[in-house]
Amino acid sequence: MKKKAISKNKLYSLIALLFVIGILGMLQANSAQYSYQISILERSAIYAVVAVSMNLLTGFTGLFSLGQAGFMAIGAYTVAILTIPADTRASVYYVDGIAPAIANLQCPFWLALILAGLFSAAIAAIIGIPVLRLKSDYLAIATLGFSEIIRAVISAPQLNKITNGSYGLKNIPAFPNLFVAFGLCGLCILLMVLLINSSYGRAFKALREDEVAAQAMGLNLFRYKELAFVISSFFTGVGGGLLAIYMRSIDSKTFSINLTYDILLIVVLGGIGSVTGSVIGAFLVTAGREWLRFFDNPLTIGGIDIPLFRSGFRMVIFSILLMAVVLFYRRGIMGSNEFSWEGLGRLIRSIPNKLKRKSKTQKGDNA
Amino acid sequence: MSLSTFFQQCLTGISLGGAYALIAIGYTLVYGILRLINFAHGDIFMMAGYFMIFAMASFPWFISIPLVLFITVVLGVSIERIAYRPLRSAPRMSVMISAIGVSYLLQNLATYLFTALPKGYPELPVLKKIYQIGGLSASFVTFLTPVLTLIIVYALMVLINKTKIGMAMRAVSKDYDTASLMGIKINRIITFTFAIGSLLAAVGSVLYFTDRMTVFPFSGSLPGLKCFVAAVFGGIGSIPGAVIGGFILGLGETALVATGYSTFSDAFTFVLLIAILLIKPTGLFGEKTTDKV
Amino acid sequence: MSAEAKTPINVLHMEDVTMQFGGVVAVNGLSLDVNEGEIVALIGPNGAGKTTAFNCVTGIYEPTFGKVDFMGETILSNTPKGKAEKTYLGEVTPRPIPVIRNTPDKITQKGVARTFQNIRLFGQLTVFDNVLIAKHMRAKQNVLSATLRFNHKEEERMRSEAMALLEEQNLLHLKDEIAASLPYGLQRRLEIARALATEPKLLLLDEPAAGMNPQETQELTDFIKQIRDTYHLTVFMIEHHMDLVMQISDRIYVLDFGKLIAQGTPEEIQNNERVIEAYLGVSDDAED
Repeated sequence: MKKKAISKNKLYSLIALLFVIGILGMLQANSAQYSYQISILERSAIYAVVAVSMNLLTGFTGLFSLGQAGFMAIGAYTVAILTIPADTRASVYYVDGIAPAIANLQCPFWLALILAGLFSAAIAAIIGIPVLRLKSDYLAIATLGFSEIIRAVISAPQLNKITNGSYGLKNIPAFPNLFVAFGLCGLCILLMVLLINSSYGRAFKALREDEVAAQAMGLNLFRYKELAFVISSFFTGVGGGLLAIYMRSIDSKTFSINLTYDILLIVVLGGIGSVTGSVIGAFLVTAGREWLRFFDNPLTIGGIDIPLFRSGFRMVIFSILLMAVVLFYRRGIMGSNEFSWEGLGRLIRSIPNKLKRKSKTQKGDNA
Repeated sequence: MSLSTFFQQCLTGISLGGAYALIAIGYTLVYGILRLINFAHGDIFMMAGYFMIFAMASFPWFISIPLVLFITVVLGVSIERIAYRPLRSAPRMSVMISAIGVSYLLQNLATYLFTALPKGYPELPVLKKIYQIGGLSASFVTFLTPVLTLIIVYALMVLINKTKIGMAMRAVSKDYDTASLMGIKINRIITFTFAIGSLLAAVGSVLYFTDRMTVFPFSGSLPGLKCFVAAVFGGIGSIPGAVIGGFILGLGETALVATGYSTFSDAFTFVLLIAILLIKPTGLFGEKTTDKV
Repeated sequence: MSAEAKTPINVLHMEDVTMQFGGVVAVNGLSLDVNEGEIVALIGPNGAGKTTAFNCVTGIYEPTFGKVDFMGETILSNTPKGKAEKTYLGEVTPRPIPVIRNTPDKITQKGVARTFQNIRLFGQLTVFDNVLIAKHMRAKQNVLSATLRFNHKEEERMRSEAMALLEEQNLLHLKDEIAASLPYGLQRRLEIARALATEPKLLLLDEPAAGMNPQETQELTDFIKQIRDTYHLTVFMIEHHMDLVMQISDRIYVLDFGKLIAQGTPEEIQNNERVIEAYLGVSDDAED
C-alpha cells in the first residue's frame, strides 16, 4: 500500500490499535499482578459484544427485545457442554451422571463458540416466527418471557444429564490468553459494524424509521425483522459462550432477567443506536461497578463512621446514576453518533469554550 | 390425587390468583392510560412487604395496615412524578427504560436498606387462624383473598363506571390527546391511577406475603412480571380481564407445582403469555385497535 | 372491462374492489383501468375512500371483495367468506373468486411504487440513504456477502444509480442532509425520488401537491409529466388541486362515498353534473 493513501484518520486508528495491543501485551506479560484488572476488562469486552448485538436490534432495527439473557444462556451452555474436558465430566455431572450422547462430545473452543452462536440463532429463528409479529412493549415482554422459559428449561431437573439442572456446569477451560479473548470480542463487534454499515444495515434502519414506508420500498417486514433477530441472537449466543469461558463455571441463575437489564443499561448509557456508545458503555458500567466499590466499605473520616457507607450502597448509587441518565441525559453518551477522530477533535477543542461559558454563567448567577 | 387434595390445591390456587389479580389491576390501569408497562409495580409490591414488617414492629395490625397502604400509595405516586412524568412526551421506549430503571433502583435500595437476606413477614393472628371446612383446612387469609379481591374489584368497577373521575379515566385511556383537549386534568388522573394501582398492590402484598412468610428484595420482580402477563391475558385495560387472568395464572401455577413440575411454574406464565399473544393479541377482553396508514 | 383496453397495454385494472371496515364500506365496488403511459387522477371529496383504494392496490389492506391486476397479473383478489360474508354490505354481490394475497413489499417488487399522503420518509436517515434503501431489494446480494463486502460491485452500482437519481431530481446537493430536516416541498420531492428508485412501472402519488402554493403546484405539474416521460411511467394519483388535475390528467375517476360516480377526460368531468354536485360545487379548489 502507498503511504500517501493512508489518511490521517487511519493513521490515528492504527496508532490507537497498536496502543491497545501494547497495553494488552503488558497486561498479559504481568497477568498474575494485574489479574483483577484483566478480569474487569475481559468482562467489559464480553458485555460489549452482547450490548452491540442488543443495539443491533433495539437501536438499529427498532425492535425492543429483552431476551438477551436467554440467548446468552443457550450460548454459554453450548460452549460449556462442548468444551469441558471429557475426563473431568464425571465430577461435573456428579448428581445424575451425564447423557451418553454428549459424554465424549468435545471440540475446540472456537468451534464451540460458532456452534453456540448457531444454536442460539436457530432457537431465535423459531421464537421469532410468533414473537416478531408483536409490537414494542408486547415484543419486549414476550422475548423476556422466552428468556425465562429458556432458563427454566435449562435448570429443569429433567435435563440434569445434559445441563446438570440447577447445579450448573464447571471446569470450562479458560481463554488461552488475553489476546484471544479480546480478539474474539473485537471480531464479533467488527462483523456487526460491517453489517450495520452494509446494505442490510440500511434496510434495518429503514424498518426502524417507518415500517410502512420500508414495505413500500420492497422490504419484507417479517423477513428483515427475523434476519435482525437471528443475527443479533447469534452474537448474543457467542457473547454468552465467551462469558462461560470467562467465568469458567456457570449456572442458570447467572442468566436471569437482571443480566438482560444490565445489558440494556449499557446500551442506554452508551446511546441507543451507537456501536461505539455501547462499547464505551460496557467498559464504563463494568468498571464503574468496581470503582464504586469503595461505597460498599465502611468509611471512617476522623474517627466518625459515615453512616451511609455499607454493603449495597454502590448499587444504589449506580442505579441513581442510571436514572439520572435516563431522565436528564436521554441520549446517553454518544446519542446515535459514532466515534470519529474529527468528533473527538471537536470535543477537545470545545472544552475550553464550555468551561468559559460555565464560569461566565456562574459569575452571572453570583451577581 | 384424592378429591380433597384436589380441592385443597384449588383453594390454594384461587387464593394465589386473588393476590395476582389485585396486582394485575395495577398494571392494567396504568397501561390503559399511559401505554406503559410499569416494571416497577412488582417492586412497589415488594416494598409494601417491607413496610409491613417495619410497621408491625411498632404498631398493632389495625394501625399498621392502613399505614402501609398509605405509604405504598405515596411511593407509587412519587415514582410516577419523578420517573415517568418528565418523560411524558418522550418515545415509549424511553419511558419503558425508565420504568426498568426504577425497578432496578428499588431492588438495589431494598438490598441496601434491608440486606439481601429474606426477612420474616409478620404473622397476623387474625389472618393466620386455621379454619376447617369439610375436608379442607386453610388459614383465614386463603379464604379471605378471593372474597376480598372480588369485593375490591366490584368497588373499582363502580368507581370507574359510575363516578366522574372514573369517567375521566376511561376518557384518558380511550384517547389521551382528546381527553386533555376536553379539559380533563391528565396529570391528576394519572396520579389517581397510580394511587389506586399502588393501593391494590399493597393489599395484594399483605395477602400474598402472609402466605409466603418472607420478603426479600427480588420477591417482587417475578410476581410482578406474572401479574403483567395476567393483565395481558385478560386484555390490557380491562379490569375483569386482569382478575380472570390472575386467577387462571394462580390456578395453573398451583397445578404445576402440585404435579411435580415446579421448575416450570414460572415458565408456565410466559407460555400462557405467548399463547394468548398468538391466538388473540388483545387478550380475552381487550379491545381492538387499528393503525391508520 | 373497458373497450379501449385492446390497443394500449393495461397497467392497472381494478375490478369491483370493495373495502369494508366493520360497518363502513370505504370503497364500494370500484372498477377502473389505467393504461401504459397515462396520467390518471382519482379525485373526490375528503373521506371518499381514495387513499383506501390506493392501500388496496399496494397490499396494505386486503380488499373485502374484488380483484386488482397489475400488468395483466392478478396481484390481489379476495371474496368474503364466513363471518365476513354475513356482514358484507358492499354494492356488488360477491362471487366466488380465488383468493390471492400479496404483501406490500411483493407488490413494490412487481413494479408498483407509491408516495404517502402524510409523507413517510426515513426521517432520521440522510437523503442519500433514503434513496439507497429503495435500491436494496433489486440488488444481487445476501447478508453474508454484504457484511463481508463481497458485494462491492453491487454496492457501487446502487450508489451510483442513487446518485444519478438525486442529480436528476436536483437533490444532489442535499444528499447528506437528514431527511426530516428538509423543507416540506423537498420532502415531497425526495419521497417521489425514493419511489422512483424502486424502478417502478406504475407510480401512485397520494396528494403530491398537498400543502404547496400555486407556484410549487405548477412546478409539480411539469415535474410529474417529466418523470412520466423520462422513466416511462404510468402515473395514478390522488389530488385535490383541480388545476393540476385538469392540466395533466389523461383521464379522471371521481369517487364519492366509496363509489365511482364519474369517469372521463378532464373536459367531461368538468361538465359532469353529478361531479359538480358532489364535489366541485362545494370545493374551494374549483375556483382557483
